[in-house]
Amino acid sequence: MSTPEPSRRLTIGEALREAIAEEMRRDDDVFLIGEDIGIEGGFGGAFGVYLGLPEEFGHDRIVDTPISEKVIAGAAVGAAALGMRPIADMQYSDFLFECMDELVNQAAKLRYMSGGKVSVPLVMRAPVGATNRGAQHGQSPESYFVHVPGLKVVCVSDAYHAKGLLKSAVRDDNPVLFFEHKLLYGSKGREQAGGLDLTAEVPQEEYLVPIGKAVVKRPGRDVTVVATHLALYRVLAAAAELAAEDGIECEVIDPLTLLPLDTETIWASLRRTGRLVIVHEDTLTGGWGAEVAARAAEECLFDLEAPIRRIASYDVPMPSAPSLEDAIVPSVERIKTVIRELRD
Amino acid sequence: MAAVAEQPDEGTLARLYRQMLLIRRFEETVYYLFLEGEIPGTLHQYQGQEAVAVGICDALRPTDWITSTHRPHGHALAKGVTPRAAMAELYGKSTGCCAGKGGSMHLGDPAVGMLPALAIVGAGNTVVTGLGLAFALRRSDQVAVCFFGEGASNEGAFHEGMNFAAVRRLPIVFVCENNLYGASTSFDTVSALVDVADRAAAYGIPGRVVDGMDVLAVREAGVEAVASARAGDGPTLLECKTYRFVGHSRSDARGYRADDEEASWKERDPIPRLRAVLAEPAAAAIEREVEAVIEDAVEFARASPDADPQEARTDVYA
Repeated sequence: MSTPEPSRRLTIGEALREAIAEEMRRDDDVFLIGEDIGIEGGFGGAFGVYLGLPEEFGHDRIVDTPISEKVIAGAAVGAAALGMRPIADMQYSDFLFECMDELVNQAAKLRYMSGGKVSVPLVMRAPVGATNRGAQHGQSPESYFVHVPGLKVVCVSDAYHAKGLLKSAVRDDNPVLFFEHKLLYGSKGREQAGGLDLTAEVPQEEYLVPIGKAVVKRPGRDVTVVATHLALYRVLAAAAELAAEDGIECEVIDPLTLLPLDTETIWASLRRTGRLVIVHEDTLTGGWGAEVAARAAEECLFDLEAPIRRIASYDVPMPSAPSLEDAIVPSVERIKTVIRELRD
Repeated sequence: MAAVAEQPDEGTLARLYRQMLLIRRFEETVYYLFLEGEIPGTLHQYQGQEAVAVGICDALRPTDWITSTHRPHGHALAKGVTPRAAMAELYGKSTGCCAGKGGSMHLGDPAVGMLPALAIVGAGNTVVTGLGLAFALRRSDQVAVCFFGEGASNEGAFHEGMNFAAVRRLPIVFVCENNLYGASTSFDTVSALVDVADRAAAYGIPGRVVDGMDVLAVREAGVEAVASARAGDGPTLLECKTYRFVGHSRSDARGYRADDEEASWKERDPIPRLRAVLAEPAAAAIEREVEAVIEDAVEFARASPDADPQEARTDVYA
């Protein structure tokens, strides 16, 4: 047995870059496609994830496109149908609505409507999250895709899982929507993320994280809280305060994959705590939290000791002004208030 | 319209005639069976446009790929989906080319180089760029053809696909089948340009108007465009002027088209036009063979088991 090499602390951005480089080295069929991703003198994608990759892989396998989202997704679908493994890039997840046909009608359905003869192993990376950019650059639209049979939906919140899940997504034979939160990349440092340390231990040696498996981020006996992305960190902050201030112990779960959802892990926790809260930055109505709540009600109703609660962005377009945005997205205070209500 | 192209050898003429007739008889038979209630759903039929699919696909290799539309029966047969597998798919049988999960609007089979047809207007115009990109990345000399209607030329997907294919010089031939109507909407009411081919200039690629009722003209244009794509010279837009002899779909009584317009296009029917240059015994032999093939396909479809409800929830994920 070889001695494992020591871990390093990486940001999500760095971890994603490593995952992409490793997969491109491993498999010639992996290529990148998107806007502003490989331009010399450019910025390596909207959040710098691709910086340095053109130097190693050249410009054939890093396909810079026009501002044509339908082509980004459509080309990824066509190439994937022939067995290539595109990692497509949407600069902002808001732009996914430009290519809903390619994702929902084509990528998700080709396998089924071909009777299983065609697979579409593409990855579509898309940053979500409100960052004072307003209604068209601040959405978290992952729930739209959770509704689509044939897609997989992944949401990553830390560098370790981001790297392992992206590598799994590239190797998956299905279309995977891969959502990352803009404030969690770590490219802008701790200030913009509200003082969060956005680095995590990432092993030197290769590893994969399976799609469809949730992770318990904090164990606790009183309330099960399921959250993704930046909301997860707000939940963790709320959990620490509730433990100190009220003696309430939250069990915090990062589902990591929304489709397929790891209900096994979530229900096991719920059956112990008897209380379930779902927190996401996506808007409330029809959000993925509603699906988790509905399934919990169907499958675990008699384990519940209190109503299921959802905490989400309020049902308005995302405003730009910091004071307005803060009033819309789930805050640590809102999370604490709801969880206290459950205990009372 | 271009003059009738220089004639290829007799074997080629016979092959083209056979393929066009196969599609025509398949469609006529399917229409009858649909009216009889044997075939479920709806149909978007290809009668009248056979020269386009047959002329283009004759210029392709088996390893080349095509994308198709909601009107795919002709493309599927021309690219090599068997009449049995196509017919069984229309019947909703497990032996269909998509195991009954695709149906009329999604005929296709990767084994013959055809994606399941994409029935959203314009969808193929972006997806085909991925086929071309894959060929380019793999340094293969394969070519992809995108069949689409003139209606799709007003979709945003048309613009994005054409521009991207052009700027990357992808090995693609865009084949616009201009049958003059998008459902009931006449093209001259939705486009200030008469010829879709003129739009090629906006992308810096060649555009050509072709007589879509002359299989030899289509084939000649196809051979040239495919050779150019294969040689790395990038995409071509071929606009084949054609006409569907039937309604848009099965519920269409064609009240928006004048009888004399329909009659004038039927006079240019590509099938008798080609038959006129074939030797009588050869043509008659082909006709007998095609009848037998269609009869066999119907018998095969009728005898095949219905798609199994146990399979309704499979093939969603790989």
